[in-house]
Amino acid sequence: MLINYPFIAVFFIASVIFPFIPLIMGYLVAPKRPTEGKKSTYECGLEAIGDIWVQFRVQYYLYAIAFVVFDVEVVFLYPWAVSFGQIGVFALIAMSIFLLILVASLIYDWRKGALEWI
Amino acid sequence: MELLIQIIFVLISTLILGAAVMVVRTRNVIHSALWLIASFFGIGALYLLLEAEFLAIAQVLIYVGAISVLILFAIMLTHNVTSGEGHKFYQRWWLALLVSLMLFAVILVPTLVGQDWTITARPSEESAIAGAVEMGTAFMREYLLPFEIAAVLLLVALTGAIVIAYEERAQRRRILTLAQELALRKQQQQNHAEE
Amino acid sequence: MINAVPLSAVLTIAAALFCIGLFGAMSRRNAVSILMGVELMLNSVNINLVAFWRYLQPDLITGQVFAIFVITVAAAEAAVGLAMVIAIYRSRQTVYIDTVDSMKG
Repeated sequence: MLINYPFIAVFFIASVIFPFIPLIMGYLVAPKRPTEGKKSTYECGLEAIGDIWVQFRVQYYLYAIAFVVFDVEVVFLYPWAVSFGQIGVFALIAMSIFLLILVASLIYDWRKGALEWI
Repeated sequence: MELLIQIIFVLISTLILGAAVMVVRTRNVIHSALWLIASFFGIGALYLLLEAEFLAIAQVLIYVGAISVLILFAIMLTHNVTSGEGHKFYQRWWLALLVSLMLFAVILVPTLVGQDWTITARPSEESAIAGAVEMGTAFMREYLLPFEIAAVLLLVALTGAIVIAYEERAQRRRILTLAQELALRKQQQQNHAEE
Repeated sequence: MINAVPLSAVLTIAAALFCIGLFGAMSRRNAVSILMGVELMLNSVNINLVAFWRYLQPDLITGQVFAIFVITVAAAEAAVGLAMVIAIYRSRQTVYIDTVDSMKG
């Protein structure tokens, strides 16, 4: 099994190295004449005020929770899907119960208004 | 071939442990979350090396993809107004270090000494290693009840997290203007100083 | 993998990861960092489960199924724990655990 992975390893190493080549090229080739004006932070032409770290809205987090829950669901769905042929109708019923429970949480989410972007 | 696997194992464990050390000692929380992602990724590679392919994918999907996003959003949402001040550790952090090191020693001794980790039932052919198909049948047979309970757990987690984190519309903080933001920040600094 | 690396090496890695996570969970003041330490500890448990599965009983699926359940519980724990951190931050404007001590006796 492990013998199948050298290909992926080669691709992985290549994909790690590849983005660095333009960066290194830019570092080597580009002329560097920094002045005070060039080094200042650009903010629509105005003087930059305050921290770069702005407060995010909690809406992002509520979406992220829903994403995590249904991501975990996918991990359960995949082995079920590949072994479906060996089990048959019973698997369908069991997974229907599983999905119904999760859909209940989605409905709660929806009714509560957590999915609205205000 | 064995040497190659050993080299890969050493590299992966260096990545895991080095990234984990950076997670606990970096001051900036965002950087520490990024190191955590690196550590999770190394653990996924270790699963691949242990031939648990489905688990490696699940690790990347859930930990690298979802939980780290959750952690990053939580950091962004809890921007500490007085960030940069205050200690990252408790004053008695060396006590925690001592406890951790002692626990490591306590675990390590029986792992290395006196225990014969003989491999009892090694399957002869490669196909005997259980994979995603066996996992699916196991979910439908022996582990049917835990499988359904996992759905209930996810339901409880989603509802509970939304109940805790959701703000009613009336209480929701509007996006402040810069002047209001600075005034709020100044007031909070004063409160902090009074404490 | 089985022939090249002994089981005790994998277990040592997992133990070291657990202790690093424990140190992070016990010593950091930031609540999010504490949860990160807990995640590291849960991951080290998963490594142990997978290692025992691979080295001792590769034809049974139990170790991997347990690891999947641990991942599920970790996801739920992270979601609820971070929601609590956000709620605490909203009411007290702090993420440092030792400043949230109004229930101290």
